Amino acid sequence: MSRTLAEKLWDAHVVRKGEGDEPDLLYIDLHLVHEVTSPQAFDGLRLAGRPVRRPDLTIATEDHNVPTDPGVGRDIPIVDAVSRIQVDTLRANCAEFGVRLHPLGDVEQGIVHVVGPQLGLTMPGLTVVCGDSHTSTHGAFGALAFGIGTSEVEHVLATQTLPLKPFRTMAITVDGTLPVGSTSKDIILAVIAKIGTGGGQGYVLEYRGEAIRALSMESRMTVCNMSIEAGARAGMIAPDQTTFDYLQGRPHAPQGADWDAALGYWRTLRSDDDATFDAEVVFDAADVEPFVTWGTNPGQGLPLSGSVPDPSDIADANARAGAQRALAYMALTPGTPLREIAVDTVFIGSCTNGRIEDLRAAAAVVEGRRKHPAVRVMVVPGSARVRLDAEAEGLDKVFTDFGAEWRNAGCSMCLGMNPDQLGPGERSASTSNRNFEGRQGKGGRTHLVSPLVAAATAVRGTLSSPSDLEPVLAGQS
Amino acid sequence: MEPFTSHTGVGVPLRASNVDTDQIIPAVYLKRVSRTGFEDGLFSAWRQDPGFVLNAEPYRAGSVLVAGPDFGTGSSREHAVWALRDYGFRVVLSSRFADIFLGNAGKQGLLAGQVAQDDVEMLWKILETEPGTQVAVDLQAREGRCQQFVFPVGVDDYTRYRLLEGLDDVGITLQSGEAIDAFEAARESWRPTTLPVLS
Repeated sequence: MSRTLAEKLWDAHVVRKGEGDEPDLLYIDLHLVHEVTSPQAFDGLRLAGRPVRRPDLTIATEDHNVPTDPGVGRDIPIVDAVSRIQVDTLRANCAEFGVRLHPLGDVEQGIVHVVGPQLGLTMPGLTVVCGDSHTSTHGAFGALAFGIGTSEVEHVLATQTLPLKPFRTMAITVDGTLPVGSTSKDIILAVIAKIGTGGGQGYVLEYRGEAIRALSMESRMTVCNMSIEAGARAGMIAPDQTTFDYLQGRPHAPQGADWDAALGYWRTLRSDDDATFDAEVVFDAADVEPFVTWGTNPGQGLPLSGSVPDPSDIADANARAGAQRALAYMALTPGTPLREIAVDTVFIGSCTNGRIEDLRAAAAVVEGRRKHPAVRVMVVPGSARVRLDAEAEGLDKVFTDFGAEWRNAGCSMCLGMNPDQLGPGERSASTSNRNFEGRQGKGGRTHLVSPLVAAATAVRGTLSSPSDLEPVLAGQS
Repeated sequence: MEPFTSHTGVGVPLRASNVDTDQIIPAVYLKRVSRTGFEDGLFSAWRQDPGFVLNAEPYRAGSVLVAGPDFGTGSSREHAVWALRDYGFRVVLSSRFADIFLGNAGKQGLLAGQVAQDDVEMLWKILETEPGTQVAVDLQAREGRCQQFVFPVGVDDYTRYRLLEGLDDVGITLQSGEAIDAFEAARESWRPTTLPVLS
C-alpha cells in the first residue's frame, strides 16, 4: 500500500501497535534535552527510582537561560540566581544519570536545534524529540521530529518510547522559483498566514515541490522550524542529495558500510507517488515576497509592501477581535505602510535563523554600511560552533564594523528567559519565531522577519528589504 | 495521578482566541525546578489589568475556564498546565486546542474538553450575565451542564480512560518492556548514538 513519508517513519518505529483506541508505542531514536523542561522530568525518575534507559541516545545542552555577553564561559557565574539554579540542576542531573552535556563555554554548546544537526546526530529516518516545540526543525532531514511536554520527557528518559496516536498528514507544495530577495523564512511566514495558527493542528506537514528542493539544509530547517506556529506537530522534507551532502563527514554521520546501508534506506524515504495526504495546500514561490508580521501571532503577517490591516475588514468576529487587540498591543494604526514602521532593536539569531547561512546572508547586506543610529543590532549565533565558523570567515568583523553587537550562542532575545530582552514598548524586527505579547520581554513588540529584512531594517531604521537600500559606493566603507 | 470523573465549579469566561502558552505563563516563570507552585505565574501579564476576568469576584475562585478557539498554542511548556492546575482549574473548555497542550493536560489530570464554538458563546453569555454560575462536567457521560444548558464535551477515548482511572503513562509503558527490548535488538547499526566521537 502506498504511504506518505510520515507514515513510513511512523511504521518503522512502532514498538507495539495500540488496540482499539489505544495509542501506538513509538521508539525514539534521539532525545535532545535542555535546562528548562527537564528538571521536573529527572526529578520524576529519582522519585520512582528509575534510570535513564538509553543515555547513549540522549544529549543535553544549555541554551534558553544562558547570558550571551561576550566572554561568558562555564566558570563565570550566571548572575541571575534562578537561571543559575536551573543550569546547575541540568549539570547535576546529567552527571547523575550519565547524559552527555555541552555546557556554557563548551565548543559544542548552543541552541539544541542547531547543535543536533551540526553534530550530524540529526539524520533521515529518525524519530527525534525534545521538550521544546521547535523540535520540528529536525524534520528538514526527513526525520519525524516533534516537541513534547515535561511528562513526556520523563517518559522518554525512562522508556525511550512514547505512546502516540498517529498524526494526519498535509502536503504543502511550493512550486516554481523563489524571487531574488525572498527566503525560506518568507515562505513559512506566508504559509502560516494562509493556513492560520491552527491550520496545521493534528497534522505532520510535508513540504515539497521545486522551490523546497532548491533550498539548502539551513533554509529547510527554517521552514520546518516554524511548522509549530501553524499548529502542526511536525514538519518534514524528504531527504535528497542536498541532505546527504550536508551530513557526510559530520562527527556522528555513519561511516563506511554503515553509510552505504543508511544511504540505501534514506533513498526510500519519500512519499509514494500515489500516496494520499489528508489535506493538501499548493503555493507558487514566484508570489512569495519578503514577509513581516504586524500582529501578536505568527499568522498575522503580510508582504512588506502592504499596510497595517483594518480589523473592520475582517469578517470573522473572533479574528476581528484578535486583530483589534493585536493592533492595540503593537501600537499600530490601520493603513500605515509596513515600510514606515520604525524599530528600536534588530535581533538576528534563534533556532529559526541563527545558522551560518543566516549570518552570511545578513552580513552580505550590511557589509560596508553603518547601522541606523537609533537601532540596537544584536547578532547571536545559534551555537558556539556557528560563532567560531563565522569568525573564521570574518563575519564578526563585518557586524561589529556595522555597529552591531556580536554575542555568544544561546536562545537570547527569542524569548524572555535570559538577560537579552526588550523593554516595555520597545519594538523589534526579529528573525525568531514568535511575536506573542511579551515574548521578547514584558511589553515588547515583535515583528518577525527574515535575516535579509532584519539586516536592511538595521540600516534604514524602519522595516525594509535589501532592495530598499542605496548601493554601497566603492571606497565608501 | 488523581482520577478525574466529574467536576463542578465556577465558570470563567475568557473571551480570547489564540491564547498561547506565553500568555498562560510567561517564560520568566519557567526557571523553577519544582513541579508545583506556578499559580502566581498564571496569566500574570493579563492579571495586571484590573479589568481582566480573573481579577473580578466571583471569577477569582473559578475552576472551569471557558476560552476561545486555539487555546494553548505555541511553546510546549507543560508549566502552562501546571499553572492552570495550581491556580485551581480542573477543566478548560474550548472549540480547539493546540496538540501539545492537549497532550500535556491529559497527563496532569486537567480536563481539556472540546466544545462547539456556538456552545462556548452560549456559556460566555450565561457566565457574564450571571457571574459565579457553576459549570458541571461529567467525564463519564462526556457532557457539560450550566444551569439548564446541556452541551457535549469532546474527549478522546484513551485520554478519558486514563483520566477516569488516574493512570501513569510510564507505568503502563514499562509493562511492554519485552517489546521494547526486542525492538532495540533489531535496530540498524547506522542509527547514531550520542557517545562522544573519538577522533
